[in-house]
Amino acid sequence: MISANLLAVFYLISGVLFILALRGLSSPETSRQGNLFGIVGMALAIGVTIVSVGNFSTGFLYLIILLLIGGSIGVFIAFKIPMTAMPELVAGFHSLVGLAAVFVAISAFLNPDVFNLGSPGNIKIASLIEMSLGAAIGAITFTGSVIAFLKLRGIMSGSPITFFGQHYINLALGLFLICLIFYLCRTQVDTWFWTIILISFLLGVFLIIPIGGADMPVVISMLNSYSGWAAAGIGFTLENTALIITGALVGSSGAILSYIMCKGMNRSFFNVILGGWGATDQSSSNKSKEHKPVKSGNADDAAFLMKNASSIIIVPGYGMAVAQAQHALREMVDALKKNGVKVTYAIHPVAGRMPGHMNVLLAEANVPYDEVFELEEINNDFANCDVAYVVGANDVTNPVAKTDPQSPIYGMPILDVEKSKSVLFVKRSLSPGYAGIDNDLFYRDNTLMLFADAKKMTEDIIKSL
Amino acid sequence: MEIDPFIFRLSIFTLSIFIGYYVVWSVTPSLHTPLMSVTNAISSVIIVGAIIAALAGETENIFDTANIFGFLAIILAAVNIFGGFLVTHRMLAMYKKKKKD
Repeated sequence: MISANLLAVFYLISGVLFILALRGLSSPETSRQGNLFGIVGMALAIGVTIVSVGNFSTGFLYLIILLLIGGSIGVFIAFKIPMTAMPELVAGFHSLVGLAAVFVAISAFLNPDVFNLGSPGNIKIASLIEMSLGAAIGAITFTGSVIAFLKLRGIMSGSPITFFGQHYINLALGLFLICLIFYLCRTQVDTWFWTIILISFLLGVFLIIPIGGADMPVVISMLNSYSGWAAAGIGFTLENTALIITGALVGSSGAILSYIMCKGMNRSFFNVILGGWGATDQSSSNKSKEHKPVKSGNADDAAFLMKNASSIIIVPGYGMAVAQAQHALREMVDALKKNGVKVTYAIHPVAGRMPGHMNVLLAEANVPYDEVFELEEINNDFANCDVAYVVGANDVTNPVAKTDPQSPIYGMPILDVEKSKSVLFVKRSLSPGYAGIDNDLFYRDNTLMLFADAKKMTEDIIKSL
Repeated sequence: MEIDPFIFRLSIFTLSIFIGYYVVWSVTPSLHTPLMSVTNAISSVIIVGAIIAALAGETENIFDTANIFGFLAIILAAVNIFGGFLVTHRMLAMYKKKKKD
């Protein structure tokens, strides 16, 4: 047994280590060390907790066995998962944190004595509020992440599901939750507690189903944030500093990422949450699509253009992830570099299905991270570049965002691909992107459409180089 | 007059939000995916609550409903801790600088 004060100091140390873990991510060089800090912090927190409980009987044996079972599942998943599946992995992991928070809250509710929260039926009011909030946010995180996971895996349709009065139902459910917490505090009846969890499960589903495909980066960041707040709620209940610090860190981290993603789309957070984007502009885009001339070419044309270029910017998007084209892309770039062509990569903040998705895929394909640039860093370079190779990106290159105030994506920051001398646009067909908007870029004189699968086209270009 | 310990915890919480705010803004955008996976891993520190819930109480009656929920939470959090840190490590190991030749 160790004293409560010493225990608190250890939790504080592990909280500080977690801060250092995030701090390490400010540059790739320090990031690996940061991850190590995180692991040490976690080991410390688990270690001192076990010692402080001081129960080394049968229960301890079960604890070790369960840790090993859970740990091996985690290790197995972490090794097996392809980098392209990272968004669904993160969504899946969020759901586990959410459910764990719910379970801990239930346990604290059923057996409050062990956490010094009072006795069943007579729990401290503050603790009751904290544990209900922790459980509610945890439950929302759980079902929300499950839906996000299903959408990202393609098990469930990625398109937004909306129905009449949806937002009012969510609002009503939210208000109902507050009432339930109020009644729980007044009566201490466990029915209310179970109802809170049930309603929160439901709310998690309703909150995520109206949000579709390309808004997924916001959804994942948001759920990341929720999982943090759930942890913080439980931290308050258990009076545990490590949990409170971590919860606050993760909560604000997810919130900032959501903000960055929303800004990348020039949309407000509420606009994304309310969902249903993309269903509006279908009609007008269908009309104009038919009779505009499009120049299309093959791999030989593309290879010819690229060989004679002096600088090329590659613009990857979600399509690159779907086609698993990152390795072929790297090979193509290597071949071009041998010819003395300067090649860089331009990444839009919302390219892919989660923040930083493209960067990870390029890193996987051994692309050095100092050749990969963010939108603000590289956007001015398009004017001086000979070829822009757009592979699997669409809406984030659409010049309509700057010219047409009627367009739903008007005002969204885009990569100024159209300013480069020629644009090679790899796409399977002329269909509009996720936002349902026709891309003006397809019909420009300096655009050459390459109709093919991203990976296949890139491989063909390598052959022709 | 004594200050409620809750206020202390609230102070820690509030200051941590600010720390999180400044630390996360300094994270380079190319590492946003590892940021998500590592925050996910560290939020599994909720396992400390699960351990207390699972092991506390009467030693002979370890399969009380409350304890069982604790054990379940331990499995979930363990998946996350090992999976989260490992997959972060896997990603970070891939970020390489251009070779100087």
